[in-house]
Order: sequence, then structure tokens, then C-alpha cells
Amino acid sequence: MTRPLKIANASGFWGDQPAAARLVAQQPDLDYLTLDYLAEVSLSIMAITRAKDPAASYARDFVEVVQSLVKFWQGGGRTKIVTNAGGLDPHACGAAVRAELAKAGLTQLKVAVVSGDDVLALVRAGGPDFNNLESGAAVTTVADRLVTANAYLGAEGIAAALQAGAHIVITGRVADPSLTVGPCCVHFGWTTTDYDRLAGATVAGHLLECGAQACGGFTTDWLDLPGSHDIGFPVAEVSADGSCVLTKPAGTGGAVTVQTVKEQLLYEIGDPGNYLSPDVTVSFLTLRVEQSGPDRVRISGATGRPPPAAYKVSATYRHGYKAHGMLTVFGEQAVAKARRAGGGVLRRLQEAGCVYRETLVECLGTGASVGGIVRRVPENDLIETVLRISVAADTQEPVKRFTREIAPLVTCGPQGVTGYASGRPKVMPVFGYWPCLVARSAVKPAWKML
Amino acid sequence: MKTLRSIAYARSGDKGSSANIAVFGRTPADYAWLREHLSAAQVEAWFKPLGTGPVIRYEVPNLEALNFVLPGVLAGGGSCSLRIDAQGKTLGQALLAMPLDQLPENSHSTD
Repeated sequence: MTRPLKIANASGFWGDQPAAARLVAQQPDLDYLTLDYLAEVSLSIMAITRAKDPAASYARDFVEVVQSLVKFWQGGGRTKIVTNAGGLDPHACGAAVRAELAKAGLTQLKVAVVSGDDVLALVRAGGPDFNNLESGAAVTTVADRLVTANAYLGAEGIAAALQAGAHIVITGRVADPSLTVGPCCVHFGWTTTDYDRLAGATVAGHLLECGAQACGGFTTDWLDLPGSHDIGFPVAEVSADGSCVLTKPAGTGGAVTVQTVKEQLLYEIGDPGNYLSPDVTVSFLTLRVEQSGPDRVRISGATGRPPPAAYKVSATYRHGYKAHGMLTVFGEQAVAKARRAGGGVLRRLQEAGCVYRETLVECLGTGASVGGIVRRVPENDLIETVLRISVAADTQEPVKRFTREIAPLVTCGPQGVTGYASGRPKVMPVFGYWPCLVARSAVKPAWKML
Repeated sequence: MKTLRSIAYARSGDKGSSANIAVFGRTPADYAWLREHLSAAQVEAWFKPLGTGPVIRYEVPNLEALNFVLPGVLAGGGSCSLRIDAQGKTLGQALLAMPLDQLPENSHSTD
């Protein structure tokens, strides 16, 4: 019987702990390290940085990860890497990685890139197929403002690159679980119709993709965790039948329990009977989750059906500008003072002729994170609040004007205003999210060994 | 005041401008109770001030869980929403804060 495949994750999002990869790679017999950098909004952030610097179109953090692994590879480390760090330009990311490897004398490590996810030209050309999946709106309403449009590719290109001997595979947009499914397909020799096994690996990939969140991070009972300062990153031991044991590196904090695994299984999920990936449609309704040892949870029983006929596309479009300003207000009737001060700022701006499409005043401490629907203490009893004022506009000028109106509250606002040391807020471009579908036949996934 | 937190744990996250909240019974009996008493309508009413659309409830008996999908609850979500929580990170905690006596036919007892 083929031995289980050991796959870990060392990045759940762009901005996760840069030191994690070097630590996780030390795991004995680790076959693969996956690093996920692309949330729904990440590509639009890259679109911002690309506008200023054409070279900044991928997750440059990953190049630092490669630097951190140089000693590991020089010492004979064999762990391979699969990552979506390529962002908007996997080839540029691959070239930067190769340059780092060459500096370290590691030219024997082969780097491959997976591309073909960019469907911007197609979506921009329009058509009813690209209607917004959430609102049903026609793409013509945003076509001239589209910035990115990327199809969620599956495991196919990753598997082909690994089969050809790649040590590091860099993709653009792929479905997050496919980073795990690709290595499994190569190791176990699965075909594209081994649906139950693909479903199992997809579940493993879904559990891995958010990093520490599977090992106690973000859990309801977080305060009860041991070692919450140092929660481990997840490791999946995937078996030939697609079942897996989820665990974490010895000596790390957090916990892998039935609870932490169940919470992560349903994280960002719609219909649990129809989890859609480009590799397989998965039912979570047949899963069995059981504790098989300390910090070891076995997940089995996934069932799969053919994947959807279309790829999902994540597109973004320019949608004006926004800014958020924050100040702390301390003292008697702090919330009443903060609300009046926040309303006053907006009134001054409106009287000066600034037009905003949306404004918001929040008083943090009053349950503002959920619009005040949960409130334990009457507002008047709070001795302190953080005033947060936000504006959004179609043009930059009124937002820029807003950013200059926060600090003056220190001298014209209520007594007890503080926390202004971080300076004026930043004007940020807003990118709208446009989910849609694209026919598989219109997309050409490709891979290349560099 | 006893809240859902005493019989359940939860996790929430975003999909565009929608969010999901998975709610898990702490024991099989707790799940049976949740399945009977925590309806889509109650979750919708709880989150109405945040502007949720019609809430959909999925039963996941093998995980002793209910999964609620709240369309449009994030006011644009992602980069668009002006709210401090644009990505629904707090919604699980907000649901667990629901008082148990707010739910009808409260027959549950863990004391």
C-alpha cells in the first residue's frame, strides 16, 4: 500500500507569519509545504501595488520564505512547495524565486509556474455569462472599470508540473484546496474521476488552507487553549483512500481536536452537501470526524461527484476611494461625545461641498462590530470609546479632504480626545468584488518549467 | 443570562458580501435542541439590523452542526464595506450571545 502523504501549510493568507515555513519544514518526512496567499480581495491589493510598481504583482513575502528555506535545502531537505504566491504574475514570481535559488547555489531545484487563470480580456468583452453571481447584475455595468478577473483553476496544472519533477510550483489563482489535491493526485496516481478520493483530498486542503485556524486559532474556546501564543500550523497525513489525519508539529501550542476541526470544516462554506471545487463536488454530509490520538483527528468518509461545468471567476473593479479615521475618547459620556464629534466632522465636510456615497460613524466598545445588536452595558456607562469615522466617494478629492479633518478634533473636540499619534488616515482605493462563471472550454490552464 | 454559548460553539466567515455562521452543539443533546429551536427565521431576526437578506439554514447532522448563510449581511464585504468588521469575523460570537430564553419552547436544561 502506498504510504500516506504528509502535507503541511505555513501560510493561511498574505501577511501570515513569515517565520512559519522554516519551522514547519523541519517536520520529519514532510513531503509538501503549501502556502496560501490569495483571499478574495488579495488580487485587488496586488492590482494597487502593480499600478505603482509593475514588478509588485505577486506575493513578495514568498521570496522571503524561499530565502528562509535556503539552509534547509542546502542541508539536504527534500520538502516540495506548492503555493499560489504568483498572484497576478506567476512568471515574475517564479523568476524572482529562481534568482534567489541561484544565489544560494540551489540550481538543482526546479521551479514551475501554473498560469492561464487570467480571464480579464474575456470578462471585459462582456456577455450574459459574466453576470454577477450574487446580484445578477450585467458585467457591462463595470466592464470599463474591471481591474482583475481570474478563474479558480483546479489541481491539473499543479499535478502535471510535479509529475515532471518540479520542486516548487507557483500558481496564480487556483482553488485553495487544489494546492493539496495536486500533490495527492501525483503521489497516489489518482485520475480525474476518482471523485471520492479527490473529495477527501479537497477536504484535507480545505482544512489546511487557513493555516493555524485548524489548530485552535479563531476557535470559540480560544482562552482554554494551551500555548495560544504559539499555535502550530496544520499537517495532514493523507491516505490512498483520500481520508486524512490532521495534526500539528510537536511542541507547538494550540490543539487539534474534534471541535477545532469541525469549526474549520464549515468555515466559509455555503451548502455543506455541495462544496464546489474545480476538481470535484464534495459532500460534507458523509464525513466522519474522530479523535485518534493527542492532537490527531481523523477525517474520513468524504464523497465526491463530478465538478461544476464552469470555473468560478473572481473579478475586481475600481469603485472609488475610502478612508477610515480613528480617535480615542475618554471621560464621562464618552460615547455621546464621540458620536457628536464624528457627526460634526461629517457635517463640516458636507457644508464645505464634499459629496460622499457612504459615511459611517462607529463607537467601538458599544458592540459596534455587529451594529450594536449585542450590548451588555448601557452606552452611557462606558468611560471610553474609540471613535471610528469612515467615508467612501467616487472621486479621490473629498476622501483626501476628510483625512485632514480628524486630528483637529484634538483641539476643537471634547475633553479627553487622545490616540491621534499615528497621523492622518490613508486614502485607499476601493475595489468591488465581482464573482461570476466562465465556461471551462474558454480557459486554457498551462504550466511551464522555468 | 444564559446564552447559546452555554450549549454551542460557532465559527463565521465571509463569501463576498454574504457570510456564513456554523453553529455546533456541544453535546448530541445540545445539537438535537438546536436543530429543533434555532430556526433560520430567528437568526434572520437577530441579524436584521445588519441588513441580512433571507437566511438559509443547512443541517449537518454528522458534524452536529447547523450552517446559516446570511446573504448581503456584510454591506458590500471585502474592500467595499466601511464597517470595522467587513468580513464577518465577529458574527459567530454575536450569535452565541443570543439569550436562550429568546428562543421559543425553551425546554433545555444543562444545570
